[in-house]
Amino acid sequence: MSVRSKVIEAIRQIAKEQKVALPELSDDLSLHETGFDSLAFAILVARLEDDTGVDPFTISEDAAFPATVGDFVRAYENVPA
Amino acid sequence: MSPREIFALRDHLGAELKGRTISDAQDVVSLTDILSQTVLGGRLHELSGRAVLLKLSDQLRSGLAMIELDGIARRMLLCPPDLNPAHLDALIADAGIDAVVTDEPDRWAGSGVSLVVTAQLPPKATAPARTERATEWLMLTSGTSGVPKIVGHTLEALTGAIVAEGPARGPAPVWATFYDIRRYGGLQIFLRAILSGGSMVLSDPHEALGDHVARLKARGVSHVSGTPSHWRKLLMSGSAAQFAPAYVRLSGEIADQAVLDGLKAAFPKSSVGHAYASTEAGVGFAVNDGLEGFPADYLGNRNGVEMKVVDGSLRIRSTRTAHAYVGRGAAALTDHDGFVDSGDIVERRGDRYYFVGRRGGIINIGGLKVHPEEIEAVINRHPDVRMSRAKSRKSPITGGIVVADVILTEGTDPARAKDIRDQILDRCRAQLASHKVPAVIRFVEALDVTPAGKLARTDA
Repeated sequence: MSVRSKVIEAIRQIAKEQKVALPELSDDLSLHETGFDSLAFAILVARLEDDTGVDPFTISEDAAFPATVGDFVRAYENVPA
Repeated sequence: MSPREIFALRDHLGAELKGRTISDAQDVVSLTDILSQTVLGGRLHELSGRAVLLKLSDQLRSGLAMIELDGIARRMLLCPPDLNPAHLDALIADAGIDAVVTDEPDRWAGSGVSLVVTAQLPPKATAPARTERATEWLMLTSGTSGVPKIVGHTLEALTGAIVAEGPARGPAPVWATFYDIRRYGGLQIFLRAILSGGSMVLSDPHEALGDHVARLKARGVSHVSGTPSHWRKLLMSGSAAQFAPAYVRLSGEIADQAVLDGLKAAFPKSSVGHAYASTEAGVGFAVNDGLEGFPADYLGNRNGVEMKVVDGSLRIRSTRTAHAYVGRGAAALTDHDGFVDSGDIVERRGDRYYFVGRRGGIINIGGLKVHPEEIEAVINRHPDVRMSRAKSRKSPITGGIVVADVILTEGTDPARAKDIRDQILDRCRAQLASHKVPAVIRFVEALDVTPAGKLARTDA
């Protein structure tokens, strides 16, 4: 499974658990518009860390938290192996 | 006080009750004959009036030495097996120790402790000793780090709850405990065995659980005590089958409904009860209605035990509490009204109080305080869960999130793990505030339990 599909699947799973009605996911969608609150994002980042072995937001101190779904996915895709 | 009014352990023992024993995995010693025997090589008189450190590698000699020393020594300090040797010097200074009873006399040569007495098995014949004084019993707290605190008790305080309950009906019980008898919870069971006219089967940390249970069965154990963690391990091991104790007792940790129901199912003919006690507060009460928590009317004065709730924490005043912390700079053990603050947080729901966790065990989740035990109690109620531990994990988003490690019941099909995870999360969402719902659930094979029998929370 690609990194992108792992991230998207995790977002959908947490949306289901948190009863969040997700709009259609596109790279341009701002994270704010996903309907996720900070707790949902915290869950997302923790699960992706378990799944992929990385937490791109803790690795780099100056990493800005992404603004869009596309930025968020790329943060995982661009982690150096 | 005249000596006639002082009861020491030896005064609860006598040759009239036949067939009483205390045993471990290796040895069986008769309690019926114990008053005319010695494990101290006949040197008990040298320890009269002394402050004695009881530092032995096994429980059997420790228990027999306690029987001899009580009423003779001025005080005795019980060392649990997991005591960090680096703390010994501080404890010896704080307790004013001037004698040691040990099975490793070479280690104490040149130690500065002036009198070293070797305890050995089998016991040798000696003339019975007479009680001289009320010995002070010193026990150590089972805190996580630093030098443990020394807690001062009297035999009267230690046995207050046992005497209040009166003699057991029916045949004399054969007691066993998963605890070590040099800890408060285990000592209570040792004292119960002595005062009840019964026998005692000791645990052995090196023995496999299945072998331990086989030994309990072979020795006819009728009454067993342990922490909820001890009991969950027993249920997981599958060793409970064909063992049918009359009485199953839990203490030392929160007994949630899941473990009470699990024990009732595993031991349908047993009475299952949980007791509330701590080294400092002594025995508070026992609950025998099969339900978690305790009736709200236990607060106030009940059978000489007064309880109140201050800032959510249970406070206890009774003649069974310890009387002081011992040592230089020791803190006060009670508030100015004589109540011991247990640090156990309770919450009233309807006509019952429920334990929600330890004040010192709170984890911080995004600035909100969470008791891990409260989350575990919800998870444990899932029928496929045997045991769980909630803890915090750092999060770059909220600072912290809750994660939970879960042990499934024995024989659960691993293919169902994902469904079970979803069901656990559904239950948590229905019963807990959103920040308390675990973000991640991990299924694990085992969870660490401390030497004191409690779920290890050091990395929480």
